[in-house]
Amino acid sequence: MNISSAALPAHDPAVDAPKPHHAIYDYDSGPPVNRGKFAIWLFLATEVMFFTGLIGTYIVLRMGAATWPDPADRLAVDITALNTFFLIVSSATMVKAVERAMLGDNPGLIKWLALTVLIGATFVGIQAYEYAVLIKDGNLPDVDIFWSTFYAMTGFHGIHVAVGVIWNLCILIAAIFRKIPQEKYMKVELAGLYWHFVDLVWVLLFTIVYLM
Amino acid sequence: MSQATTHAANSPHLEPGEGEAGTVRAHHDHHELGFLRKWIFSVDHKVIGMQFLFSGLVFLALGGLMAMAIRYQLAWPWRPMPGLAWMFPATGGAISPEFYTMLFTMHGTIMIFFVMIPLLTGAFGNFLIPLMIGAPDMAFPKLNMFGYWAMVPAFFFILLGFFVEGGHAAGGWTSYPPLSTIESAAPGSLTGQTCWLLGLTWVGVSSMMGAVNYVTTIVKMRAPGLTMMRLPLTIWGLLITSLLQLFALPVLTAAGILQLLDRTLNTGFFTPTNLQVNNITPDSFLYGADAVGAAAGGQPLLWQHLFWFYSHPAVYILVLPAMGFTSDILAVHARKPIFGYKPMVYSMSAIAGLGFIVWGHHMFTSGMNPALGMTFMVSTVMIALPSAIKVFNWLGTLWGGRIHLRTPMLFACAFVSMFIIGGLSGIWMAATPVDIYIHDTYIVVAHFHYVVFAGSLFAIFAAAYHWFPKMFGRVMNETVGKVHFVGSFIFTNMTFYMMHQVGVAGLMRRTADPYAYDVYQHLQPINEFITISAFCMFAWQIFFVVNFFHSMFWGKRVGRNPWNAASLEWDAPSPPGHGNFDRQLEVYRGAYEFSSPDVAEDFIPQTRKL
Amino acid sequence: MRYFFTLMLLLVPILGVWTFVEADRWQLWFPQNVSSFGGEIDGLFNLILYMVGFTFIVTELALAWFVFKFSANRPGKAVFTHGSHKLEMIWTAIPAVALLFIAFSQMETWAKVKFESNFPKGGKYTKERPIAELWASQFDWRVCYPGDDGAIGTADDLERSYEFVVPVNTDIVFHLRSRDVIHSFFVPEFRLKQDALPGHTIPVWFRAEKEGIYDLVCAELCGWGHYKMSGRMTVVSQAEFDKRMADIKAEWFSNGKEQGQ
Repeated sequence: MNISSAALPAHDPAVDAPKPHHAIYDYDSGPPVNRGKFAIWLFLATEVMFFTGLIGTYIVLRMGAATWPDPADRLAVDITALNTFFLIVSSATMVKAVERAMLGDNPGLIKWLALTVLIGATFVGIQAYEYAVLIKDGNLPDVDIFWSTFYAMTGFHGIHVAVGVIWNLCILIAAIFRKIPQEKYMKVELAGLYWHFVDLVWVLLFTIVYLM
Repeated sequence: MSQATTHAANSPHLEPGEGEAGTVRAHHDHHELGFLRKWIFSVDHKVIGMQFLFSGLVFLALGGLMAMAIRYQLAWPWRPMPGLAWMFPATGGAISPEFYTMLFTMHGTIMIFFVMIPLLTGAFGNFLIPLMIGAPDMAFPKLNMFGYWAMVPAFFFILLGFFVEGGHAAGGWTSYPPLSTIESAAPGSLTGQTCWLLGLTWVGVSSMMGAVNYVTTIVKMRAPGLTMMRLPLTIWGLLITSLLQLFALPVLTAAGILQLLDRTLNTGFFTPTNLQVNNITPDSFLYGADAVGAAAGGQPLLWQHLFWFYSHPAVYILVLPAMGFTSDILAVHARKPIFGYKPMVYSMSAIAGLGFIVWGHHMFTSGMNPALGMTFMVSTVMIALPSAIKVFNWLGTLWGGRIHLRTPMLFACAFVSMFIIGGLSGIWMAATPVDIYIHDTYIVVAHFHYVVFAGSLFAIFAAAYHWFPKMFGRVMNETVGKVHFVGSFIFTNMTFYMMHQVGVAGLMRRTADPYAYDVYQHLQPINEFITISAFCMFAWQIFFVVNFFHSMFWGKRVGRNPWNAASLEWDAPSPPGHGNFDRQLEVYRGAYEFSSPDVAEDFIPQTRKL
Repeated sequence: MRYFFTLMLLLVPILGVWTFVEADRWQLWFPQNVSSFGGEIDGLFNLILYMVGFTFIVTELALAWFVFKFSANRPGKAVFTHGSHKLEMIWTAIPAVALLFIAFSQMETWAKVKFESNFPKGGKYTKERPIAELWASQFDWRVCYPGDDGAIGTADDLERSYEFVVPVNTDIVFHLRSRDVIHSFFVPEFRLKQDALPGHTIPVWFRAEKEGIYDLVCAELCGWGHYKMSGRMTVVSQAEFDKRMADIKAEWFSNGKEQGQ
């Protein structure tokens, strides 16, 4: 036969028509990781790059500035140190919440998750208070580059914490009203991964924005 | 519309934790869906792909019209455009300098962020990924839907900008501050720039959702037997593109938000001290006081670093999927296995990896430390190597083939031909001393249009002709397709080739009236030639538009596998129904087993067991 | 049809090379070079031109030839091959060497033009004592000469807009500054381009070897009036330069500018 003939194969209904009542084939390939977990890790990679951009900006601007004020003179380091401690504790409570969810212990999950939400909300509250005091004193982001970077770094982190609190709250509500069965523990674990990431970023930000 | 799509566009209801290895779930969703659920709020990857395709084509026409206006001004500066007096009553139809800066800014922005990225990854990425890996849909169909819906605010803001006071952003698609951040610096920096930034941020959100979904789908949902090294190169291109987006895009998002803060909250990230814009008083001209009223102490170069950290990888985002399409189309229509499959995969990965350390070559003359320029030169020159390897492998694929010169094949060959030009001219830009002279000249314009227009857009045309039968169950008209190809190829080269020489003559880009300078006055006739070629090239696309829409409804019906291709998407019905495949797939080999001596036919589908 | 499509692919290298050969005759090539390093830059451009030109011709011809030869309607199957390790090695190694050669051949000139450590020393004008500050702003150029004391930022500075006068055959160093947005200093005949960055003072050097008047072009988008942000680079003999400076001084102080203002 002449293989290089350019004629297209004709449409043949017997072969080409879709078969009725077909099934959906859903395979799983690749590394033995849950899809949701895989996607969350990818998402966290984008978040890492996002904060890399912000922190890189901070470092470049600070290095390039003629003078840079001592953060301790301008910021309430002690209150924020306490706040940092809260956030680290909330990571620990989140670990407990995930552990309870894995065991299918719904009351335990509710207890630890509620604690996490509470501490997270406290963190956001203290940060909002810090902002309010600063703004009352006229330390707005347009005053100088120190305040510009300060509000951008901590503000974006604050938004991330708030999103984490809302996410955890949603799971908490689901756990209270519908129960989260053992096999759905992944719902809690995904939120937990995000929560730990947000904590980790804060430790970094606290160090470079407040302490250094 | 065929029977298959009547019950398409429904969620396979995949949730995290579901769908473990080898499960087969029968679906019971045979009920009809309303128009809204089926075409607007669809979670079916094929429909979402179409949404990206059609909105991308609309913006392509818009961006193309802008290019025509730019070319008109360059050929006949300040002459009223015939028939457009109603649009510009103040000038009687002529383009004003403000409008010209807005035109090329928005031409670049729209073509990159609203045409090429949505067409390559949004349209073809969405349509092809599940089909080519044998999956029923994306890993997260709802996230996929949100990926398109995040484009809607992007469309809104980018179109809104045209109607705000001062017009749309006019700081170039690169939006270098302080021009883009200081409101008094340019009319487009009033509100237009804010719309621009919001639009781009939403594009970023959409791309990020898409990229997470694509990578998860490709890694986790391949059909049994489909190892990574059996994937079609289209999928490799899209996978690497998605990874680039995941790691580069957030940096642009961060930079864009910082610029937005500079504009709205008067922060000073990109505003240096002692700026004095639009406040010329001769006595205080030198060493004047700070007249901007924002926090100062920022660095304009910082924006350039952050912007190019994304936007250089972005040019590979614009070309890697196109390279994938071309590889697949060349192999199918040359009836030959791809030459050097593994080197192709490695070179794509190398392009992506090196792509992160070459951004500084956009900044050789920016005032960046020249020692840094030298290191960026070496990395930039070396990124030409994987591209060269790919070209040689494409030539190797053609060698010894049984080539069918159908329309998709012609466009794919044209991609190779013109990618060679675009790739080679890039070496001038990489060479730092040469770049001192040619930076921001028309050589650069020629270079990136050869890569992105003559390269990627031709690959999109090739892909449209090639996968059209899978999308609509019909084939596009071959004769009209060839006519479309011939005119596009000739006029594209006529438009862009002579820009090299114009650039060597020193002509700068982004200049509304180059002939204000003595040194450029003799370039007017050649610019006129380029403009007329561009008009012809634009007009010629009518053949594509007519062919595309006519064939959608009245084209010749074809079966599952009209090109006798070997990859998985051709196993599904044309067009594929809900869930894509109507049998259990098992993959035994790579996607390029053409002309094997083991069988009588000249191809072995990936699913055939020998 | 395959003849026709082959011809189209063939036209790319043929017309492509032809336009480059003819470009000079159509005045579509470099403007004259008057700077000391411009010749080197043109030479490096041409070096790359010949190397990529060769690659361009070979690959485009191969593409056209393969398309022509293997699209013939003939019996049998295509050659069944998945590649060749040896060929891959060859076409990885040779371009790699060529590209590294290109990169290393560029470094000397780049360092000469842009490295501050290589700026002219010992001459009349140095990085520390520039001939002038060139200020860019929307949408004009202004030159600030140091006056008699040779220092900029003092009361006897001379300001002049539009025209930048420099002596011929002298190593010139000037400071490039911007008052508002980013601009770019570009004189095509000098093969010299440098962005003016607000908030920064960037030293630039060149040596013009031919008297004349050249266009000073803004090469970085600086707003709606970018196209008209032209200046003039005037290269004159040393004697003429001294005379011009005296004129500028007389004009500047007669315009109501008192010393010490």
